Amino acid sequence: MQQSRRETSSAADEQEASNRLKTAVHPRYRERLFQIAITGSVLVVLAIIGLIFSMLIVHSMPSIKAFGFSFIIDQVWNPVTSKFGALPFLAGTLLTSFLALLISLPFSLSISIFLGEYMQGSRLGEILRNMIELLAGVPSVIYGFWGLMVLVPLVRDFAMAINEPPYGVGILAASLILAVMIVPYSASVNREVLTQVPNDLKEAAYALGATRYEVVRHVSIPQSLSGIFAGILLSLGRALGETMAVTMVIGNTNSLPSSLFSTGNTMASVIANEFTEATSTLHLSSLIEIGLLLFVITFIINYIGRIIIKRFSVSVR
Amino acid sequence: MNEIGLNIRKLKNKTFTVVIALFTILTALPLIFIIYYVFRQGIAAINWQFFITLPKPVGESGGGIANALLGTVLIVLVASVMAVPIGIMAGVYMSENPDNRISRSARLAVEVLNGVPSIVIGIFAYLVVVIPTGGFSSFSGSFALAVMMLPLIIRTTEETLQRVPKALKESALALGAPYYRVIFKVVIPSGLSGIINGVMLAVARVTGETAPLLFTAFGNPYLNWNISKPMANLPLLIFNYATSPYKNWHRLAWGASLILIIFVLLLNITSRLAIKKWKIRF
Amino acid sequence: MENSILVTENLKAWYGDNEVIHGISMSFPQNHVIAIMGPSGCGKSTFIRCLNRIHELTPSSKTEGRIRLDDESIYSIPAIMLRRRIGMVFQKPNPFPTMSIFDNVLAGYKLNNIKLSSDEKDEIVENALRNTGLWEEVKDSLHQRGNFLSGGQQQRLCIARTIAMKPEVLLLDEPTSSLDPISAGKIEDLIVDLKDNYTIVIVTHNMQQAGRVSDKTAFFYLGRLIEYGKTDQIFTNPKHSKTQNYITGRFS
Repeated sequence: MQQSRRETSSAADEQEASNRLKTAVHPRYRERLFQIAITGSVLVVLAIIGLIFSMLIVHSMPSIKAFGFSFIIDQVWNPVTSKFGALPFLAGTLLTSFLALLISLPFSLSISIFLGEYMQGSRLGEILRNMIELLAGVPSVIYGFWGLMVLVPLVRDFAMAINEPPYGVGILAASLILAVMIVPYSASVNREVLTQVPNDLKEAAYALGATRYEVVRHVSIPQSLSGIFAGILLSLGRALGETMAVTMVIGNTNSLPSSLFSTGNTMASVIANEFTEATSTLHLSSLIEIGLLLFVITFIINYIGRIIIKRFSVSVR
Repeated sequence: MNEIGLNIRKLKNKTFTVVIALFTILTALPLIFIIYYVFRQGIAAINWQFFITLPKPVGESGGGIANALLGTVLIVLVASVMAVPIGIMAGVYMSENPDNRISRSARLAVEVLNGVPSIVIGIFAYLVVVIPTGGFSSFSGSFALAVMMLPLIIRTTEETLQRVPKALKESALALGAPYYRVIFKVVIPSGLSGIINGVMLAVARVTGETAPLLFTAFGNPYLNWNISKPMANLPLLIFNYATSPYKNWHRLAWGASLILIIFVLLLNITSRLAIKKWKIRF
Repeated sequence: MENSILVTENLKAWYGDNEVIHGISMSFPQNHVIAIMGPSGCGKSTFIRCLNRIHELTPSSKTEGRIRLDDESIYSIPAIMLRRRIGMVFQKPNPFPTMSIFDNVLAGYKLNNIKLSSDEKDEIVENALRNTGLWEEVKDSLHQRGNFLSGGQQQRLCIARTIAMKPEVLLLDEPTSSLDPISAGKIEDLIVDLKDNYTIVIVTHNMQQAGRVSDKTAFFYLGRLIEYGKTDQIFTNPKHSKTQNYITGRFS
């Protein structure tokens, strides 16, 4: 068989190969398996979101039934007497997040203006931009560790100097560390927004003899106002869900904070602290209800932010 | 009159530039300082012992973080094994069927999932894995991390594959190849650099996560290879030791922080360079 | 008497509710080059995409009418088997970017999971590349990826990849419109060479090209076949006024 093969012309070999090709049959089940696999994978994703929401609701039920609406306005959180009110944590979360946003805004805006208007296209600008994105990837727990060791003593000294209770840990420390953490994220969002301002608009302004400050103030910023607002919402969403760094520097007290220097807790940090030591089903259920609230709040904020961005065709990482 | 007006404007401009530059530096400084501080504290803790021994009990000096190093590798590995195939295949579906109801809902679901706080995902993993299986386990931690990895992987896969030109797919189909082979042998390989980039970024993100592991993997002072039991992990160890009052444990936590930061930064940098080098342009 | 290898009867095609081909009947004689020309939007690309059933991959597309290859309906065999007997080359050259030149030529076999001995592989690759005039230019870099090749060379690689499967019919969808004139000329010469072994249908918006390479020419307008006949007759003595207007440049 071998010998006659070699004697036959190569054209015949080729023909044989192409005949094999033309008659090759693929079992249908492979194609079907593939379709099932990819469709199944998408459905898994949809199922996960549905499952998260439903499991949170189901397991919050005991707490919802016990406390109803007063859960949100009650400020007593007492595992011993089984009375749970989430107001201290809502307050802690909102206070620290808004404060952090306020503190970080001038800085992140400056960086994005600096990168977007002064350093467009230069190598230094690109290095800076990459550095900022890398910094956004530093784990939260490391920020918290640093905050505990460096920031907290500073805040304590500051508090002593102005005659406030010198815990060091507390709302102020948490807001500061949160601000430091959201600056990289917020800066890259704002920068993307600012670079979307059409160049011809800016050039027209420059051609009229405007200074850079005037172009930024009267053209770039107004043009991207909605995008910047959306970026603020997204950063807020980030800050609301931030757990570890805040847990490490907020002092972990389940009471309504009375000043910047008092200790407190956020929704995320109380869950982190008490979940594994929950003393009763009601306790656990209340913690899960806080998780549900957190889920809903961040969902709403992120959703509004994304809608604003989509409306104005700005794409954001 | 005009002269003065012009000078005032110039002054405003100069001031603005200075203010912006100042704020930029003020922002960069703490961030750089934090990295420097971690490096300085961490280097002091690193030695050969650090990588291969277990943490010593309170009061004794020395010890290492071998349990956390192993734990992180195992937990992230198992999470990737779960998230990567599902994520890529979901991305394939969404790029091949971009306009149908399922894809549009999935796109929304991915965005929502991306914004869910990590501690809520931890609660979810607790409810769905820890309760039914009766205890903390490394697997439940991997499950939580896998859920967090999915949005990143799906999004980058979908975007990458959408950029592959339709004509490439049609040429392969015109050769009489079945659809699934065209996807696996032509479309996915053409977008591989983007897909790998997404996977690397997802790994970098979850390696540093602590909150989802607080009540799933839970932590373990011993070396553990069994994924059905609680397991140690770098960020968890850092959290527990940093918040303890023991100096020796603080030292270990700094060393662990250094390792973690280096790993995450390296992963981010590598994925950026890799995508520049291997990207197939159309 | 010409032997028609491919025949369409009253072929109609839709994109959604939009009917773009209104009942075209044509027969393609074996070992001829048939050119299809017409202004943009006349349906010529859609038409040939029906011939190898690529058209049905577009969502919400529909076809009606009969198409027969070698006297059997193309709908009676699985589409993927049909496409190994009717090959297609697209407008923009697109060698698979992750495969070497060698693997690109063999792509039809690889993607269909046909096992070949290494002798068979070498033979198929060399013959296909020789038949497209690429062999001398790439024989020393067979295992490199094809992205260093010029546009014309890449397109010849795509043709080689298609003829490596020894199809019966070759469909060329404006194969030279993204190439420079010299490369286009080389491809035209190649087409004339290839007709000894294949039946070639070429869609072109370039009238002169149709005149140069084809034996028969069809003129499409707004989804209808206006005139079809021997190339020199169409160009020197067209029967239909629309054809006359087209070739004299009244519209393009």
